[in-house]
Amino acid sequence: MVRAMPAHDVLIIGAGLAGQRAALAAARQGATVAIMSKVHPVRSHSNAAAGGINAALNPDDSWESHAFDTIKGSDYLGDQDAIEIMCREAPDEVLWLEHAGVTFHRNAEGKLGTRAFGGASAARTYYIADITGQALLHVLYEQLMKHHEQIDRYEEWFITDLAQDDDGRCVGAIARNIRDGAMELFSAKSTILASGGAGQCFKPSTNALICTGDGMAQAYRIGAPLMDMEMVQYHPTTLAGVGILITEGARGEGAHLYNADGERFMEKYAPNKLELASRDVVSRAEQTEINEGRGFEDGTVALDITKVPRKRTLEALREIVNIGRDFAGVDITREPIRIRPGCHYIMGGVKADIHGRTAVDGLYAAGEVACVSVHGGNRLGANSLLDTLIFGRRSGEHAAKRAAGLGKPKPVRAQLHDSERAIGAIMRRTGGRRVSEIREELGTMMNEKVAVFRDHEGLTDAHSIVRRLKDEAKNATIDDHGTVFNQDVLGALELGYMLDVAECIVVGALERKESRGAQFRTDFPKRDDEHWLKHILESRNGDDTPQVSYSPVTITQWEPQERTY
Amino acid sequence: MPDYTLRIRRYSPENGDAAHWEDFQVDLDGSRSVLDGVLQAKDREDGSIGIRCSCRAGICGSCGVRINGKPNLACRTHLDEAHARAADGVIVVEPMGNMPVLKDLIVDMDAVHWKKIQRVTPWLLPDGPPPEREYVVPPDNMIDVTQTMACIQCGACVSDCLSMEVDPLFIGPAALAKAYRFVGDPRDGHQEQRVRDLAEDPHGLYDCTHCFNCIEACPKGVAPMSQIMRLRRIAGDDHHVEDRNNGHRHEMAFVKNIEKNGLLHEADLLPDSYGGKLHPRAVPELVSSLPIILRALQRGKVTPAGALLHKHKAPKDVKRIFRDIEGREERYELNLYVAGEEEDAS
Ligand SMILES: Cc1cc2nc3c(=O)[nH]c(=O)nc-3n(C[C@H](O)[C@H](O)[C@H](O)COP(=O)(O)OP(=O)(O)OC[C@H]3O[C@@H](n4cnc5c(N)ncnc54)[C@H](O)[C@@H]3O)c2cc1C
Ligand code: SF4
Ligand code: SF4
Ligand code: FES
Repeated sequence: MVRAMPAHDVLIIGAGLAGQRAALAAARQGATVAIMSKVHPVRSHSNAAAGGINAALNPDDSWESHAFDTIKGSDYLGDQDAIEIMCREAPDEVLWLEHAGVTFHRNAEGKLGTRAFGGASAARTYYIADITGQALLHVLYEQLMKHHEQIDRYEEWFITDLAQDDDGRCVGAIARNIRDGAMELFSAKSTILASGGAGQCFKPSTNALICTGDGMAQAYRIGAPLMDMEMVQYHPTTLAGVGILITEGARGEGAHLYNADGERFMEKYAPNKLELASRDVVSRAEQTEINEGRGFEDGTVALDITKVPRKRTLEALREIVNIGRDFAGVDITREPIRIRPGCHYIMGGVKADIHGRTAVDGLYAAGEVACVSVHGGNRLGANSLLDTLIFGRRSGEHAAKRAAGLGKPKPVRAQLHDSERAIGAIMRRTGGRRVSEIREELGTMMNEKVAVFRDHEGLTDAHSIVRRLKDEAKNATIDDHGTVFNQDVLGALELGYMLDVAECIVVGALERKESRGAQFRTDFPKRDDEHWLKHILESRNGDDTPQVSYSPVTITQWEPQERTY
Repeated sequence: MPDYTLRIRRYSPENGDAAHWEDFQVDLDGSRSVLDGVLQAKDREDGSIGIRCSCRAGICGSCGVRINGKPNLACRTHLDEAHARAADGVIVVEPMGNMPVLKDLIVDMDAVHWKKIQRVTPWLLPDGPPPEREYVVPPDNMIDVTQTMACIQCGACVSDCLSMEVDPLFIGPAALAKAYRFVGDPRDGHQEQRVRDLAEDPHGLYDCTHCFNCIEACPKGVAPMSQIMRLRRIAGDDHHVEDRNNGHRHEMAFVKNIEKNGLLHEADLLPDSYGGKLHPRAVPELVSSLPIILRALQRGKVTPAGALLHKHKAPKDVKRIFRDIEGREERYELNLYVAGEEEDAS
């Protein structure tokens, strides 16, 4: 007997901030909604965001100023129409969150208070101690629980593939129930990818173990191009070894950076903004100090938070007091902590427009999985949460409206069986390398060759290694052949996604023969607006190297200028 | 690199075997976490070991397990610490308690933890439409509820809650802490209904036996028992809810005891107030849950624990503290996000 296929107007893949916000917006439009996540929603990686969320809400601030900072931060690769929308809508979004119950920090008058963040010309970052992402995510989840009648939650379900009808439209997805291994085809009129980033392609990374680029690869595989994949942000303050993040909030609160000779080296690189210059600028400065022998022997420099009054640190940076203690054995209120640049965020992603629409009809993308592009070559701190919420909401609204005018979608059942067979085949493999080994080699290699400083030779090497790993992954083996919580087989699928994404990152980096934002080519050290003020798109080309094309950057009122901090 | 032995509790519902222990050797630096250890075993030896994990940074709340019998996050427990506390040098890792095991270290949080969270109407219920801009609320109130917002829903407190072991229907520490997040939020318009509802539920507010396990277990300093105490006080003081277990009265006895003696005379309290159990480490937590705490205590030279536990602090200091705090109108509560511990004068 064939079970009834779950069918919804809008299917949302991923329950981080982007996905949850999209779900609430779509439900508000009256759509029936399903939201699905491979981990319980509150475990989504959005909870790691510590620092805050930007909005020009203060009467002395303006959305234009926020937009300009974002554009300059992006090294002029961000699309200005999208940035305008994000910055204009930011204040209302923050108020919406506040009304939904977010316990934002207040100033002495009881109004929303702000903190300073990197690359911003005004203090416009709203926050909850240093658990901003967590607090937002848990409050959105409160709202999901509240709206449980309109929003079906599928928690601990793993999407393996996107479903298409005979005309190539996206009409839902195929998912595995992690608890019992059952596979299911979910039919939906509109599908929103909100499955987050791909930081696990690098090791170490500040990203959670679940950030394996699933959605990027799934969209790529059904023909949606990825954009600006070479733009991978290295965050200036991560712990050596484990890669755990120390929030930019620390520098926002007044912490300084020193090299091993005790020099406050940012004075050389960004005399005005110092530690609060854009992330790409600070990371490069650190890496230069380290490469030129002025770092500590373990390849780090020092972040000195003792400059911040102890009481303030305990109040506003509580989480990193814990992180310092638990993960570095350092009391950050009393001594400097050693840090270095580490892989943190991917500005690129599935190309999406200002409504979240991708190149595939019926498929939307929002949040870190998408590239709208509001971050261009370099994302400003506290702009990503904003991006997830604004474009999550916009996608949810648009997807719901689109669904309202459509008949019943026609997914193809054979696709479900293909996905089932693919999983069965993984379980039957013998004799290949372990999945975990390939993943380890990939991450270490990417962090060596595709990091803060890149060149042709390293990138070409990286590309041939990724190709070899892709071959090896076809035979990679796992131990678990069961159905209940078989994390092993999901790991094999994730490795496949990571390899697709990694290849696009490397190919994009090879293609862009200039230095802009997070991409610094030692063989092309200058920004080259004449040739490279454009997006790089990558489309799937069978099993071959991705097909590269370009699209123009949208410029409204801010012409590219030289970028100094 | 040093070797550690992890003894992992294995269980699979699929193979028909009973739960059993399996040992794994891992070679990692002692500063790495128990989670890193489990993942190394999984990567190198047996990919079928089941453990939930994601952030590796004590933020996502996935990796709650019992380590050497005590609930904690695997990712924030160092191997060397766990080794030092292990009985015969073997680090024992097993699933959390009070929740059914699904596989290996993975428990069914939906069936217990999340069901209880849903029990407390876990969303803000404001009175009337929202203001045009933000709600204007005292900054301290927001900092106060942020302590319960710090909860990552890891379930460690639920794992070892003594009351829940006896009464599985008990709403439990995490859900009651979540309830305080709304009751303590001035934007919520249903404070009284919420408190009454929880007080009148036979498995509610008064079902907690003050065993302190949740305070000890919580990796985030949420101190669920303190939040329960505060809910009870609000129920008793503000809404005159009849206290089923006289818990509120006991607490008053506790406060009087300190006021009178300057330090805690456990002997006076043991028989009736805290079920015969008073954990020394819990005293600062208890003090932090006193109904009214003066700002001076936060800013002053002494820590609350110092003031109350160190014999050399004269009772008259404590008397002064009580005079001060009782002279205040507002109800201030010490909280993890308020820097309650200032430097000791010495
Ligand atoms: C340590 C850290 C600190 C940060 N701090 C800040 C900050 O202060 N301010 C800021 O603006 N930004 C910050 N960022 C960036 C920001 O947190 C993220 O970019 C953002 O939260 C991403 O949200 P998202 O909703 O797109 O994805 P996520 O929150 O990552 O959610 C992805 C969701 O997709 C699901 N998913 C993925 N794959 C599948 C699949 N195959 N099947 C089913 N479900 C799937 C996951 O389970 C999850 O629910 C930080 C990032 C990190 C790593
Ligand atoms: S103090 Fe109360 S809520 Fe906390 S663990 Fe003990 S019985 Fe449970
Ligand atoms: S209160 Fe603490 S122990 Fe309990 S679920 Fe929350 S974070 Fe975990
Ligand atoms: S892995 Fe996230 S809390 Fe341990």
